[in-house]
Amino acid sequence: MITHPKTEELAESVRLWIDEIRPTLDPRNAFLARVAANAMATIYRELTQGPAAEASAVAGMARVLGHDGSFEDLNAELCERIRSGELTRETPGLMAALTTMARDQIAIDQPGYRPEGTPAPAA
Amino acid sequence: MTVDVRAGLEKLAVRLGGEGARVTEAQRLSGGASMETYAYSFEGPRGAERLIVRRRNAPFDPENGRAVSLQTEAALITATEANGARVPHVRHVCDNRDGLGEAYVMVRVDGETLGRKITSDPRFDAVRPGLARQCGEVLYGIHRTPVPAGLNLKVVDGAFELDRYEEIYRATGAKRPILELAFQYLRRHTPRPVEPVLLHGDFRNGNIMFDPEQGVAAVLDWELAHVGDPAEDMGWICTNSWRFGRPDRPVGGFGEYADLLAGYAAAGGGAIDLPRVRFWQMLGSLRWGVMCLTMYLSWRDGANKSVERPMIGRRVSETEADLVVLLDEGL
Repeated sequence: MITHPKTEELAESVRLWIDEIRPTLDPRNAFLARVAANAMATIYRELTQGPAAEASAVAGMARVLGHDGSFEDLNAELCERIRSGELTRETPGLMAALTTMARDQIAIDQPGYRPEGTPAPAA
Repeated sequence: MTVDVRAGLEKLAVRLGGEGARVTEAQRLSGGASMETYAYSFEGPRGAERLIVRRRNAPFDPENGRAVSLQTEAALITATEANGARVPHVRHVCDNRDGLGEAYVMVRVDGETLGRKITSDPRFDAVRPGLARQCGEVLYGIHRTPVPAGLNLKVVDGAFELDRYEEIYRATGAKRPILELAFQYLRRHTPRPVEPVLLHGDFRNGNIMFDPEQGVAAVLDWELAHVGDPAEDMGWICTNSWRFGRPDRPVGGFGEYADLLAGYAAAGGGAIDLPRVRFWQMLGSLRWGVMCLTMYLSWRDGANKSVERPMIGRRVSETEADLVVLLDEGL
């Protein structure tokens, strides 16, 4: 892949430009520009963290399901076997795999989100 | 038909305030695609009034979605006020004479609705410890209110909601194992239905006006009112997506479960088990996750091309991050 610049650097440059012009916009567009800047930041994080998150999800799902496969195939099978009731929260390894997947995905989508169970912020 | 809102509000000032009354403020505040809210004031021979106008600018379709008509909303607010709930006073329900379409007018209540201010602004430090209890009290004022005659509200229980949201989820085509497990777990732990009561339906931090000295000032945003399990309203205000960065305080990001339940009981409500509240809280996260998916789909399918929509789709993972913890803890 091209490295000068890398794709994530293109995304980052667009985010910085949006942040620069935001103060000049009317309130509605300023809000939408903030959303757009967040979208660019999400793209940046997905490009930089996504491959490791996907590899870890694939490994976790493969352990639970007992065989290898692509992310799409394993994810679809996992959904189907949960839906059928065959896999439950008591299934060894399932909650651990899902917890890792959730943690990695929120780190890409909304790193500032404080999920259920997070202790109070330090005063 | 286009409605001249400005002219309608001038006419309304005379109707409410008397001959010679004139509008001193008519500012559009916010609203969704089909709902308008105005800060509205007038001065007339009988004095000045500070009001809020809510009006729908598209025809109301009772078959579409969960919302009730504005007339129903106004009737419910008035009925719950008579039962001691803290709500805005309905000043006037518009009719054909007003030329404003579907609309009503309420007395303006001052205070703060921004969720993050309630959870974190030092201005609310003094009242914050009492808010969960007050929310319990005000909820019982709503729940004890008989549904006014002639109103036909939807009746909902846990199994019904799971069916409805699973159907919506399946239709999206998304494959999310955590949502699957949440559906499965909640189906296995659906509480036995109880005698249904009037519910606010969207009782959460963000839809309540808080005063820095009095605490709960008024419960707003009644469009999702329906009939069902009293624990549904409690679970929704405990859903982490509405705790605004304070997951350590389960009620709205400001209070504790025990205080919410104690306030409800002290006001005269029956005892409600915490696991029942937690069932609805978890269903609240699941429901919000499915709603985020549908908001993304409205973008994909071209109904709404705003950049907000796909980004709300990325909020599904916040509900998944909450749901895995709730699944691990159990109800």
